[in-house]
Amino acid sequence: MSADSHVAHDHHGHDAHAVAEAHGSLRDYVIGFVLSVVLTAIPFWLVMSGAIENKQVTAFIVMGLAVVQIVVHMVYFLHMNGKVEGGWTMMALVFTLIVVVITLAGSLWVMYHLNTNMMPMQEMSPRG
Amino acid sequence: MASQTLSAGTEPPVFHLKEEPHHPEGSSTALGFWIYLMSDCLIFAILFAVYAVLGGNYAAGPAPKDLFDLNLVALNTAMLLFSSITYGFAMLAMAKGRVGGTLAWLGLTGLFGLAFIGIELYEFAHLIHLGATPQRSAFLSAFFALVGTHGLHVSFGILWLVTLMVQVKRYGLIAANRRRIACLSMFWHFLDVIWIGVFTFVYLMGMLR
Repeated sequence: MSADSHVAHDHHGHDAHAVAEAHGSLRDYVIGFVLSVVLTAIPFWLVMSGAIENKQVTAFIVMGLAVVQIVVHMVYFLHMNGKVEGGWTMMALVFTLIVVVITLAGSLWVMYHLNTNMMPMQEMSPRG
Repeated sequence: MASQTLSAGTEPPVFHLKEEPHHPEGSSTALGFWIYLMSDCLIFAILFAVYAVLGGNYAAGPAPKDLFDLNLVALNTAMLLFSSITYGFAMLAMAKGRVGGTLAWLGLTGLFGLAFIGIELYEFAHLIHLGATPQRSAFLSAFFALVGTHGLHVSFGILWLVTLMVQVKRYGLIAANRRRIACLSMFWHFLDVIWIGVFTFVYLMGMLR
């Protein structure tokens, strides 16, 4: 294989590959859309109708469905998998998720304790 | 080593590649754009964290239950979901090389995006009319910062979409335009993912509180 043909082939192969991984298929989009509609309708219905008495249980179900829907969007709309770009997009995503979890959990944890252990609002009388 | 240097004669040693490695133009754009989206994700993570921390501080003002209308939010969510699938159809039309189809689906996506922004602005105007301004309480500051940032992203997405439609109309589906449309696709679907967090965490959880 000469250098020229190799480059040409490489270029063509890359283009075809890039387009193929970018658009997904009609089936993917329709499945993703239907799943999203169902996963959106259930939590709205749960909260608006108050079908489950226990609010904590409702909250957990709503959060769980949101996580599932985010995964559905990632897979069917953003075409995320371990193979795109040699796994680097997945790597960046995992890194981001770790930072996000640390940010959210850390903020809530620290600020919850700050709120409960400091700031006794009743004793803070206004003193000019 | 020594004998090699001797046999090479006076030619100076070369410590770099003689040719740059070949990268076709735009081959790394998708990954770079993805990394931008991840940094954007961090912005939203911080705004979500702020809302999580301050969302209960009403300052004796209105709470989510007094303010939010879930019917409106459901309608808004539907608009964004429809815009996601129509953008998907635009990508499919682009893959088949159909300029007209791509433009039509992109236009429809833009209209759904505009509807989303319109409903959101209506909601904001309604809240401000009720006196629930960003200055009213920490909860409302965090709410407007988070939802407003998302709305701003969608607005710029629409601006980008219109720009790309003009580009496609003028130059057709050339490689550069395909690449840009694919990037906007990632941006658009990413904003939909963020919206899942917003309607779950801010609106639905707010009504449960």
